[in-house]
Amino acid sequence: MLILECPCCGVTGEETEFAGGGEAHLKRFGPGSSDDEFHTYLFAKENPKGVHFERWRHANGCGKWFLAARNTMTLEVYGTYSAQTYEPPQDIKDKISAKVPGWSWREFS
Amino acid sequence: MSSAVSALGGARYEGYVRVEEQGLRGMITLRGDLNSAKMKKAVLDVTGVKLPKQREILHEGDKAVAWMSPDELLVMVPYDAVSETLASLEKALKGNHFLAVIVSDARAVFCLSGDDVREIVAKLCPVDMAPTTFAPGQIRRTRMAQIAAAFWMTSEKQIEIVCFRSVAQYAFDLLKDAAEPRGEVGAFL
Repeated sequence: MLILECPCCGVTGEETEFAGGGEAHLKRFGPGSSDDEFHTYLFAKENPKGVHFERWRHANGCGKWFLAARNTMTLEVYGTYSAQTYEPPQDIKDKISAKVPGWSWREFS
Repeated sequence: MSSAVSALGGARYEGYVRVEEQGLRGMITLRGDLNSAKMKKAVLDVTGVKLPKQREILHEGDKAVAWMSPDELLVMVPYDAVSETLASLEKALKGNHFLAVIVSDARAVFCLSGDDVREIVAKLCPVDMAPTTFAPGQIRRTRMAQIAAAFWMTSEKQIEIVCFRSVAQYAFDLLKDAAEPRGEVGAFL
């Protein structure tokens, strides 16, 4: 059971109040991109055992999207943050580094 | 012309708390920039209620305004006054980017009353109903069993719940079931 805090409305709720939206920080490749880029964008997702970044929606609440940094192995949530960002905030990265030294996820570490 | 009726025609159940479907209530969904001075003024001028802060619901007489999300409010007025309120809101917000829609007939309202109302909600929603965490004046949008719902306390012994009208019967059955006598847990008494 995950306990997430929605950064948009400040509610701390459990998993069933939210809806998972797959991987966070995706760079979209749409019309005009090469087949390879589009294929990678669409299908090549991270599936780590450990630190992971995901999109979540507060589906049964304020309805807003946000991003969450969590651990798929321990189910620990390092933090949630605004979806209007290109990379995880430094304080969340620091928190992860304290718990999982040497972690990396795509281009972030 | 046909006359408007509420979803369950005022259905009522007396368990260890009373579950009652409330009659028609005028509701307007108002979306826009809640931080703008114009929005604050429009809400106050039209309803007489101040613009609520995050997760707050404010009452003033028979009117209320609830904070639904960072850009959405629920304005509640008597059913007959709803078109008039909408017109005034539209006038007050003219020229701004906003959306105001009457949703009165798309919602069902329930009222729980009794000593142990917190418990009924706690049985159905993944929400901490301890008095230190949830108190009158707050609104919580959440999941009630399998449906979306929002509730607030008008007093320590009364909770109002809104949900979509299409699931009104389901919501009533849930509440009725939770309020069944001999189902008391007594966690919040």
